[in-house]
Amino acid sequence: MRARKKITPGKILIYIVVTLVACFCLLPLVLVVAVSFTAEEEIIRNGYSLIPGRLSLEAYKMLFKNGKEVFRCYINSVVVTAAGTVLATMITAMASYSLANPSVQYRNAISMFFFVTMVFNGGMVPWYIMCKNLGLTENYLALLIPSLIFSPFNLFLMRNYMQQLPASLMESAKLDGANDGVIAFRIYFPLCKPILATVALFYGIAYWNDWWNAIMLVSDSKMYPIQYYLMKLRSDQNFMKQLQSAGVAGRGAFAPSESLQMATAAITIGPIVLLYPFLQKYIVKGLVIGSVKG
Amino acid sequence: MKKKSFIKDIMKNPVSYLMLLPAAVYSLAFGYCTIPYMAIAFQKYSYRGGLLGSEWVGLRNFEFFFKSNDVLRIILNTIKLNLLFITFTTLSAVTLAILVNEVGKRRFKKIAQSCYLLPYFLSWAIVSYILNAIIGSRYGIANSFLQFLGLERINFYVQPKYWTAILVILKVWKDLGMQMVIYLAAITGFDEEVYEAAAIDGAGRFQMCRYITLPMLMPTVVMLTIMAVGKVFYGDFGMIYAIVGDNGVLYDATDVIDTYVFRTMRTIGSPSQAMAISLFQACMGFVCVWGTNYLAKKKFSEGALF
Repeated sequence: MRARKKITPGKILIYIVVTLVACFCLLPLVLVVAVSFTAEEEIIRNGYSLIPGRLSLEAYKMLFKNGKEVFRCYINSVVVTAAGTVLATMITAMASYSLANPSVQYRNAISMFFFVTMVFNGGMVPWYIMCKNLGLTENYLALLIPSLIFSPFNLFLMRNYMQQLPASLMESAKLDGANDGVIAFRIYFPLCKPILATVALFYGIAYWNDWWNAIMLVSDSKMYPIQYYLMKLRSDQNFMKQLQSAGVAGRGAFAPSESLQMATAAITIGPIVLLYPFLQKYIVKGLVIGSVKG
Repeated sequence: MKKKSFIKDIMKNPVSYLMLLPAAVYSLAFGYCTIPYMAIAFQKYSYRGGLLGSEWVGLRNFEFFFKSNDVLRIILNTIKLNLLFITFTTLSAVTLAILVNEVGKRRFKKIAQSCYLLPYFLSWAIVSYILNAIIGSRYGIANSFLQFLGLERINFYVQPKYWTAILVILKVWKDLGMQMVIYLAAITGFDEEVYEAAAIDGAGRFQMCRYITLPMLMPTVVMLTIMAVGKVFYGDFGMIYAIVGDNGVLYDATDVIDTYVFRTMRTIGSPSQAMAISLFQACMGFVCVWGTNYLAKKKFSEGALF
């Protein structure tokens, strides 16, 4: 098309706006990373800045040397995220196969059973009592199971995908004597790789970003995931500031330096930013399918 | 085919039902089993006594809530913030989707889209660090900038008047990409022939956008908005708590029903009073979801949730 190729002032304006908005989305992140590489005296003198006046790896060195606590929490997050993503994706995939299986006659009723929990549930307080009753407090299972390990939204996403596969696939496998377990794991799941990736990604991000379970169910700081550690770090620091201004604690009292805080935040964003370019297409696909059909 | 009994269906598909089990157990435990516990709104619940062993107190927990000075503030805050979030996110997402659609280069389009979407995948805990880097009282770049302009520095964290705007900007920043992707997908799905016909009739890009893209996009916009309005009584706890935390100075602008329930439960330590508020919220929420769903059904038959 000829009309599209022409460069008009309007076109240029559109490109400028689109780019500016992209900067608006990215620059705050760049700021965090930039501050984490800035020398501490520089921050105290000039405040935060997008371009570090003097580069320094001091914050990261300190993080690696003394950051026992940080690394503990980081490992907690990595382990919980890895285990949770595998389990959650598995549970969802198995359930969606059964809901897509036409020989299960009650599949629509069962779908409804899952759907109702999406719209209607007791809320925060009964949820907490349930976790307490089930013994899901003060242990790693509390970070793994409640609210994260299964989401009906992902279930419907995957079921819709599986329903689009030809039914003859299942029938012919059954004629060959395969049972539903074999069909699901050997035939269906390999064919569902794109949607499996999308759903696993959604679960993985939800696990990585979670601090809700930690704040509600875990009080031992050894078990904190990194996100909750970050929140604690900030609220403790505000507390320290109040103490200092009230003259209770001396100047020498421990307060993590500014660049150290930002370095901790930066390594927390790390995995998402690093993996993001590779996983991006699955995310977009999932969001689109989910929002249109879900 | 005649419908078998449920038991027979299980006998016929044992493996399928077995594979459903984990998800079903989870939904039962954290979905259905929580519902009876809503009754503790009418009790003085003690964790030791449990649901059956706690004292019933009638409507006293509701009285506590409706007689407190906070009730109007938190309800209004919840609704106000949500409506602002919906308005601004939708407006900017639709505009951006249309603009990005005008961009001819595929690569450029893709990269831009990735940039917009990235904030959606950061946790609010991280966002609170980012925010602190920008508006922090000591080192934040907004304050450096104010100083550079010769203006007074502002300690944002003690002044509630700025916070409605700050929260709206943060929400738009985080959700813009997600919504934009949805609208862009809708636009990409439109029939190309309509545009070609318009081009033959001599319509410019702007006219096409005004008379074709926008009207065709409207059903999607209305549908997503209706769904969001259905949730207007539910505040975004994760957002508000991660960013404001226990900073009581800002409650006037930032406190919503969900943070209030959380505080009642954790700080005051009264699950029954928390449940009473939560139950009120659930009832209002239910009315909203039902109402908006009715609207959606009336307007577009596929738009309805159920």
